[in-house]
Parts: sequence; structure tokens; C-alpha cells
Amino acid sequence: MIQFLLNQDLIELEAVAPSLSILDWLRTNKGKTGTKEGCASGDCGACTVLIGENKQGNWQYKSINACLMLVGNLHGKHLVTIEAVSQNAFPEFDDLHPVQKAMVECHGSQCGFCTPGIIMSMLALYLNHTSYPGKSTAIHALGGNLCRCTGYNPILKAVEKCFDYPRANFNWQAELTLLTTKLAENAIPNLTNQNCHFYLPQNLADLVKLKAQMPTAQLVAGATDLSLAFTQQLKTPQQLISVSQCQPLIGYQQNQDGMFIGAATPYAEFIKQFCQIYPESTELFNRLGSTQIRNSGTLGGSIGNASPIGDPAPLLIALNAKIELASERGKRVIALEDYFIAYKTTQLKPDEVISGFYLPPRPLNLTLACHKISKRIEDDISTVCLVMALTTDNQHIITANIAFGGMTAIPARAKQTEAALIKQPTELATFKAAAKQISQDFSPLSDVRASAEYRVKVSENLLIRSWHQTFGQIEIQKNHSDNIQLPATRVQHAAL
Amino acid sequence: MRHFEINQSELKTSQVGQSKKHESAVKQVSGTAHYIDDKPHPNGGLHAYPVLATISCGHILSIDSSQAQAVNGVVTILSAADIPGSNDVGPVFKGDILLTDDKIEYHSQPVLLVVAQTYEIARQAARLVKIEYKNETPQLDIQVAIKNEQWVRPPHEMKLGSVETELPKSKHQISGQMHIGGQEHFYLEGQVSVATPTEDGGMFVQCSTQNPSEIQHLVAKVINRPFNFITVEMRRMGGGFGGKETQAAPWACLAALAALHTGKSVKLRLARADDFKITGKRHPFFNTYEVGFDDNGLIEAANIELSGYCGYSPDLSDAIVERAQFHADNAYFYPHNKIRGNRCYVNTVSHTAYRGFGGPQGMMAAEQIVDDIAYYLGKDPLEIRKLNLYRPGRDITPYHQQVEQFILQDMIAQVEQSANYWQRKTEIKSFNQNSAFIKKGLALTPVKFGISFTVQHLNQAGALVLIYTDGSIHVNHGGTEMGQGLNTKIAQIVAEAFSVNSEHILVNATRTDKVPNTSPTAASSGTDLNGMAALNAANTIKQRLVEFVARHFNLELEQIHFSNNQLHYGNNRMSFAELINLAYINRISLSSTGFYSTPKIHFDKEKGTGHPFFYYAHGVALAEVQIDTLTGENTTTRVDILHDVGNSINPAIDIGQIEGAFIQGMGWLTTEDLRWNQDGSLASFGPATYKIPAIGDTPAEFNVELYDSANPQTSVFRSKAVGEPPFMLGISVWSALRNAIASITDYQYAPDLDTPATPEVILAAVEKAQNWQAQHSQNTAQELQNA
Repeated sequence: MIQFLLNQDLIELEAVAPSLSILDWLRTNKGKTGTKEGCASGDCGACTVLIGENKQGNWQYKSINACLMLVGNLHGKHLVTIEAVSQNAFPEFDDLHPVQKAMVECHGSQCGFCTPGIIMSMLALYLNHTSYPGKSTAIHALGGNLCRCTGYNPILKAVEKCFDYPRANFNWQAELTLLTTKLAENAIPNLTNQNCHFYLPQNLADLVKLKAQMPTAQLVAGATDLSLAFTQQLKTPQQLISVSQCQPLIGYQQNQDGMFIGAATPYAEFIKQFCQIYPESTELFNRLGSTQIRNSGTLGGSIGNASPIGDPAPLLIALNAKIELASERGKRVIALEDYFIAYKTTQLKPDEVISGFYLPPRPLNLTLACHKISKRIEDDISTVCLVMALTTDNQHIITANIAFGGMTAIPARAKQTEAALIKQPTELATFKAAAKQISQDFSPLSDVRASAEYRVKVSENLLIRSWHQTFGQIEIQKNHSDNIQLPATRVQHAAL
Repeated sequence: MRHFEINQSELKTSQVGQSKKHESAVKQVSGTAHYIDDKPHPNGGLHAYPVLATISCGHILSIDSSQAQAVNGVVTILSAADIPGSNDVGPVFKGDILLTDDKIEYHSQPVLLVVAQTYEIARQAARLVKIEYKNETPQLDIQVAIKNEQWVRPPHEMKLGSVETELPKSKHQISGQMHIGGQEHFYLEGQVSVATPTEDGGMFVQCSTQNPSEIQHLVAKVINRPFNFITVEMRRMGGGFGGKETQAAPWACLAALAALHTGKSVKLRLARADDFKITGKRHPFFNTYEVGFDDNGLIEAANIELSGYCGYSPDLSDAIVERAQFHADNAYFYPHNKIRGNRCYVNTVSHTAYRGFGGPQGMMAAEQIVDDIAYYLGKDPLEIRKLNLYRPGRDITPYHQQVEQFILQDMIAQVEQSANYWQRKTEIKSFNQNSAFIKKGLALTPVKFGISFTVQHLNQAGALVLIYTDGSIHVNHGGTEMGQGLNTKIAQIVAEAFSVNSEHILVNATRTDKVPNTSPTAASSGTDLNGMAALNAANTIKQRLVEFVARHFNLELEQIHFSNNQLHYGNNRMSFAELINLAYINRISLSSTGFYSTPKIHFDKEKGTGHPFFYYAHGVALAEVQIDTLTGENTTTRVDILHDVGNSINPAIDIGQIEGAFIQGMGWLTTEDLRWNQDGSLASFGPATYKIPAIGDTPAEFNVELYDSANPQTSVFRSKAVGEPPFMLGISVWSALRNAIASITDYQYAPDLDTPATPEVILAAVEKAQNWQAQHSQNTAQELQNA
């Protein structure tokens, strides 16, 4: 059984399909049709709902895509849908929540189909801020919500305006307390539907035991990628083991040996800490999916799925990260770079799970540059992702890790390019020469995102840009307060 | 025809002209606005899903649906043989096949229809059908289609003067070409229909469509019933943009076919990926031009050929390519011209209406021409644009309609000044000289867009106004609400007629049994046509009321007027509700239909001449962009728009249309990249690979103003249509991107910039400019040395 709150109702489920999404459950099983299906692939945000989580007695709310998150992952959580936002099931204007009032008054809805999702993303922002946090935060919060009618201008105005109304608070305490007291202990929450099963182990022992018992079971965390197999390819998994509530896999620790990030930690929960050590990676994380995706997606999921285009892998490879794999046989730690074998093929054994990632301490002489090229800034998959991590002695490059996504079937280092950098002076000529090696390292494919020629050309240019950003500094026109010139696409965002 | 002239002094307190909230706004923000898929499906209701071909061109050899049939929950599987009536759902011309049983002409063409107890079962079973094909090579190349004259409809030409004799006489002659990408509508609500059999053997169809009457007609033809047995209802769409003008019909017809065979209510909703694959899009185009001009850049002759990728069937392509031809001049006078339009056959889904209806693709030719002239002559593109604008004496379009309103000069002057065009131009030039990699660009482009359906008979509309005895008013009209605020504007118009608050008026679902024989809500015409029809209906009732009051109280007609929810008669007044009740007691009819047909318009298709447009809507946009010359990444940083909506009925709604259309136009020309694989399947079939603008793409500075000018034609309250025209303001972004690239050559040369101008396309153009510049510098150095 799994137990959670839907708005103010305690829900206990036992027999639903393991792959059932929150969206399908809401619309089909519960008749709650306020939450819309726009794409069923996590790209449009029309199905955005809030998930409340009990963090040491404090309930925190975040936006997620209901089309991707599995119902089973709701155990112990508070699902808040558009139906609970206003004070009345069929409200008049005065019954509306400030985020709704602002959208009405700013003319933020036209066809209205994306609107419930926009409202929920605005509500997440509202609940986590007491005053308007500024335009770039607003854009960040709503980057995963597509609107085809308005051009977003009135929505941006509404985000600002919603903080002008008297503060509205929800009172869910009684229901939340009821849920907490009801939660069954000492059992693995699960769902069974005919001969299909969903398991939600809460500790590592249970997790690796289940995996050993069911070596063909599919592991899932936030399901932001895996769910596409269900909604697009219509696959129906027999056994799903969700790691999303396995406590040792959640959270991060930091000490003199570096940082350990649990494999099932949603991005949103460790980005800030990560970027304190590696501020150069901020943009890469900020542009990883959308807020909804970052609130549910995990490093374990991204690396586990071995996607050739995931952005975390090149970053972690360039930073010499290691991956920890756990099974009943024990734990082993290998270099992340060695984890990937071929397209969607990895070192993970059938009885193993990814438990976490080790980042070594930041070398004092590290120079880091991260680049992501895509057609759109918000919520887009990389055409090319380049991470350059160099150690230098001021004049010469000592070590070079140049990792790419999107250039070959797996995230990979550009070994010949690296060789052309090592021991060379940190001058533009070095980088220009090294850039010529990229086409020796990779023969990328032409696909829907870009041609092979563009991928090579832009990679060469990004390496040259990396020099300008890190060692050059003078050659590029500055036009805002940062001491580096951002590419054109980012100027707007940084300047907001 | 009655026309309602507004008294400007009364307008301040009137309903028309106010920024009323969208009638559904409160419901939309609280999730209580129902779309088709939100309505509870009746007990025993079924779901249908099409079986899609996996090749693009060829023939079906055999079909094995036994595996699908065996799935628990599958009710029946239908094929072409099960269609009692017509298997062709072509809206104007034949050719759109509902279910094919032999020839495959595009990838994912529907072959069968699975009907099942649930949506999931129907979708899954549809994939279990095994089809064997005789595979042929799909024809996807427009050059081949042009060479072999593979048309879905014959080419047409519009001509003015003699381009053949005059173009060669020009001092300067240049030519160019451009590939223009298509566009997926990406309405947030995908295609969906529910069909329910009626006791009469007819069908009640709820469908997300811009064209309820056509759904009615096509369902009737497919299930072989007279039109009066079919009723179509449409409350609201979750976006249309042209994508539900004809493209909603196949799914409504298939749902009806399944309902006919099962006797149950049947829903058909396309999953997003399939919606991408099997519904038509904006036509990609290939344009070529030759133009002759003088030293100042004044155009003397233009020869333009526009070729649209129409897909496998005519659909609306005849009129769409024609509208491209109608707009290949945009706002510029070509004293001698020939505009040819080709309707090319390719093995893709049949491309269809999309906001602008070919106009944008035609207008791109005009804007490319003026830019190319400017860079060729080393002049500022804005100077060339202003020089060539239509003006008195230079006012005949390629289709011989005389332009009568010349406000673009003033509109451009206003934006030039308010947005500091010339000062920013200088600043940008200096920025670009000092910036190694980031280059800025600036461009101002105008829009002149013809308003009216170019198919004359579509320019008609009906409405039904009902007043109940409590004074509340119910309005139906032939238009459909897709977010554009049509129902809100209609409520304001009827409220204005009766001088009551628009909140007292309910404009509800569009139904074919309330208002018959309606035209699609398209061509930006929704308010122009239906607003006038509703106004005429309201005025009919109002006239009756006034005459009744005069009789009843023995007053002159002039002593009676409506104001502020009241009737003023003689020295007395009563509330509108009291008046209505009094009229009812005295047996006065309180309902009326209204009708409107647009005056003045005509067009001779064979000759390519006439007066197809009632009037033109105008707009001006100034866009500033930045490009990264290392990567081709780009952003639009500031946009200033001045747009002509005549007297605005609802300024907030009009500005919403302008902002939304601009961003959609910008997306079309920048990030929205439709790509097909070599086998003819769509490669970009979902929002993961097809990127419409997101919230961060909205320009950081985005100023939109309405131009203060009444429509000189007698449109409803002298307003102007607004749906499509501002879409083409997005062209300013494309022109600004070219301007940024041209900075590399000090504006001496601007490489072609095909669209969408993705980072890849921009980087290629940047390299071309850099190579040109390197060559040019070398040549100059050589010349200096020689000297």
C-alpha cells in the first residue's frame, strides 16, 4: 500500500499499475480534470502540480510534472492540485488565491489550457517566497511551462503582482498530521496490479535485497526520463523498484575528501551546494531541464539511463567524479568515466544499484568552463555540452579534462584534444591548436538537433571561448557587471 | 446593412473600448474551465485510436489485425470498408483520405481505427496491427516538384505592368532565394472529439474545432446522413492558430464512425507525438526573386516565385499559397511585377492553415528584397523600406486593389522616434566595432495585412441573441473561442447595443443548431464578422423595444434611449430588466438572429485581380537582437511595437493578441525547427525536439502600443482584426539577426539567412560573412598595393 494526501483527502492505494502517472491517476481515476495533459512528456508544464514533503517536520512544496512522476512515488507526500488553490470549488474572483487573481487581472490567460500548470508553478514560487524575488527567479520558476497564446509578458507581470495582495495561507495542518500518524511503518510501501509490482524501499538493505531478488526489475528515481517509455512507447513494466525514498541515497555530505551526493537526491536539493564549490557550473544546472524536472530528476537517474546527451555526465567526468555502486555483495567505487561502455550500456551489474557520486575536493589551481548549446535556453536538451577542467601552474596546463555530451554515443572525454593542451602554455594559440583535435576525437552524428558539421565547429569555438572566458578576459566586450562576457543568449538572462 | 457608429464622447462610459477580463479567466485560473477531454465520458463510453502507417509512400499489401483484435478491451477495429458514406474529408477539394486501404502518401497516414474500452488499450492495440507494404521512395524535394510540375493545385500568377520588359531596364538588378521553415501549431490542447449517437440516428459531436459547420458537414458525409442530423458543439479550444480549421475534422469523423458502429459515445484524442505527425502544419516555402531598382533603392520591377510545400493533398493550399502571393508585396509598391505561386506536392502530411495563412511566407520575400537592396547599395534598410512604402499615386497592389489608407509612414515615424532608432543604430555600430564575438542588430519592419477571407462566400456570419424575462441576455454566434477573446468582445458589443454591463451577457458554446452555415473562425475575421452579426441581432431587438416603448408610452422615438443599464423614456426611466419584462407582458419578441456579409469585396481568381480585402491592418515592429558569432546563439533583447487595431474593442485583449502573435512569429523564424527524416517521417515530433518560445525568450524590454486611428471602413465599431497581422511583426527579429551578421562586413554584405535561424543557421551565415570580409580585405589590400 502507498499512502498520501491529495489536497485534503487521505489516499490509500494498493492496486494500480506501477507505471501509472499522477496525471493519469488524477484525470482518469479521480475525475480531477483541472490538471491538463499537454504533452505527457514533461516538456510543456500544463500538468504541473505541487508535491509537499515533510522535511524534519517542516512541509516544503515544490512543482513537478504530474505526467512524469509515478503515483507510487507519492507515498508519504502531499499532492496539491489546481482544485485546492482557491477557496471554493467553483470560485468567484474574490475566492481566488493571489496567484490566480494576479493572472486574471494581468490578462495572463487566453486559451487557458496551460493556465492551471502556470498557476501551480506560480504557487510554488509564492509558497517559497514572501516577496517578489525578481524577474530572473520568475523566469527560472516558469521555464518549464509553455504558453502558446500570450507571449508570456502578462504572465511575468502576474508573477510580480501576486505578491501585492494580502498574503494567503493554506491550513492543511490537520490533514498533514493525520497522514503522518497513518503512515504504516516497517514495511516496504508497494503497489500490486495483476502481476505487476512497484516497490518503494526505504533503506539500502531492502533496496539491494529487492534488486538481487528481481535482477530484471527496472530501477526508477524521479522517473523524468523513464516515464517516456510508458507514455510514449507504451511499455508496461512488470517490476519497478523506486529508489526515490531510500534514505541513504538522498542528500549530500561534504568534507575534506570532497562531496558525496546520494544518487536519488533531486537536483534542486544539491545544486546550490555544488555550485558553491563549482560556480562555473551554475548555468549548466540552471538550464538542466526545467524547475519541475530539477525538482524530481536525480544524478542517479541521469547516469543510470546512460543518455549520451545528459548534461551532468560531462560535468562529473571532467571533475574526475567517481560512482558508487551497491549490491548485497557490498559497495564498489569506479571512475564515472569508466562506467559508460557503449550507447545505453554501463558497468552496472543486474543486482546493483547506483548509490551515489564522489566529487574530489576542488584543486586550488582548477580552471573550469561549462558550455551548453541548444536551440532554446529554457528546458532544452544539449546539442553539445562541453566541460573543460584544467589544472595549471599559471603559465602551463598541467592536466586537462575535456568532456563532451552530444558528440558521440556516450558522454566522453576528448583525449587528443586534451593531449594537445597538456604541458602547453595557457595561451590562445594552444587552444586554437587543441580545437583542431576535436574532429579527431569525435565523429558526431547529424540529427534533429544539429548537423555533425555544426557540432564539430561549435565545439571548436567553445574551446576557444573557454580560453577567452578563463585566461583571456580582455578580448571580449564587457556589457554587464560580471567579469566575464556571457554569450549573447545569456546576456539577457544575466541582466534581468 | 446596418452599421453602428460610435459616439466618441459616450465611449468613455461604454462597454466597447474597455479592457474587460477574458470571460473565462476565473475558470481558467481555477481549473474549472472545461475542455473536451475534461467532460465526464458517459458510462460505457469508448475510445478510438488510429492505426498509423509506418512508411511515407507506397501501397498496402496486407493487414493483420488479429493480435490487436485479441487484446482484452478492444471492441472493434474499423477500416475504409466500414465507412457508409464518403472516405474523403477534403474541405474544399477532394484528396484528404480518412482511412486508406491502399495508397500511402505520407508517413503515419491513418489506416485503421481501433475502438476500445480505454484510451490506453486503444493506443496499445493500434500498435499491434501488422501491415505489409510495397514501399516506394517518397518525394520530399520541392525542387523536384517544381521541375516535374507536381502540383496539388495549378500554379497561379498575379501581374501588374510588364516585369518582363521593365526589369531588364533597371540600373540595378539583384536576385535571391530563401528556404522558409514550416511551423507546428502546438496548441496546448491537442486534437480531440467526442461523438455520441442520437436517437434519430444522427450524431452529437463535441469537437475542439475552429470550424463547427465543416465538422457537421463532413461527419454527415462520412456517416451518410443529412446535415440536420448532425449537431456540433464547441465551447472553447485550448488554442487553435489555424490548426483546428480543417485538421480537427478527421478525428471528429473517425469518432463519429466508431460511435455509429458501436452505438456508444466515442472519444478520440491524439497523443501529442501523433498530433505532431499526422496533422498539417504551416507550409514550408521556397521563394525566389529578381528585383530591379534605381540608385536610391526605389523598386522598379519585381519578379517573385513562391513555392509552398503543400504535402500530399490540396487541403487549403490553394488559398494559402494565394495569400502568400497577396502578401509578397507586404507594404511596398512594385510598379511592375509578377508574383507566381506554386502548390507543390510532397509526400508529407497535408500542410494547412496557420495564423497568417501563407501571408507570412509571402511577406518574407518582400522583407528579404528590401534588406538585400539596402545592403547592396550600402544604405540603411529602414530608408529603403520607407522609400518603397505604398503612398498616394503609388498605390496599386499586384492584384490591382488600390491601397486607400496610408498610415504606415506615420507609424514608422512614431516608432523611429519613440524607440530612438537612429541613435541606437549608431550606438550598436560602435558596440559591434568594439565587441569581438557578440554582435548586435536592429531592424524595423512594417506589416500590411489584408483582412477578409479571400474566398468571398466565407465573409458572412450569423448570430442569435436571446433575452430572457429577467433581462439576462444569451448570445450565440458562428465564431469559436480559442483564447483570442472573441466571446468577450461579442459580449461587449451586445452590451454596448443595449447599454448594459457586459457581465449580464452570456456568450456560450458555438453550436450548429443555434447558428447554421458558419464560416471557420479564421482569417482574423472572428470579431469583424460575428461581432457585426451579433450587433445586427441586438439592434433588431432594440428597434422592436424602442418602437414598443414609443407606442406604449405614446412617445416619439427620439425621446427613448438606453443608457447605463436603464431605459430613458420621456422624463422617466426604468431598469433594463423592467423594460424586458414589460415587453414580454406585451408580447414583444425578445429574440433575433443577426446576419452580416462583408461589403465591397470581390476577386477574379483567373485574372488574379480584384478587391479581395475590405481593409488592411498595419503594424510596425522594431527589434534589437544579439548574436554570439562563436556559436550562433542569439537573443532578442528589446522590441517596440506600434500596431493598428482601429478603434480597439478591448485594448487588453488586443495587446494580448499582439504580444502573443509577435512571440509566435519570432519562434517560427528562430527556434521552431521542423525536420523530416529521409524516409519522410517527422524527426521533430514533440516538444522535446521542437522548441516553441519559452518564458525567457520574451524580450527583456517589450513595449506594445496601439496606434490611435479608426478603421476608415465601417467595421464593427470601426475596429480592426488583430489575430494574424501582428504575427508578421516577428519578421523584425529575422531582419535584425541579418543586421547583426552584416556588421561583420561593415554592412556591405548580408548573407542569406534561411529560417528558422537556429544557432546552426546563424553560425553558417556568420562564417560566410567572415569569409566575405576576409576576401574583401584581401582584395582591398591588393588594390592598394596595385595603386
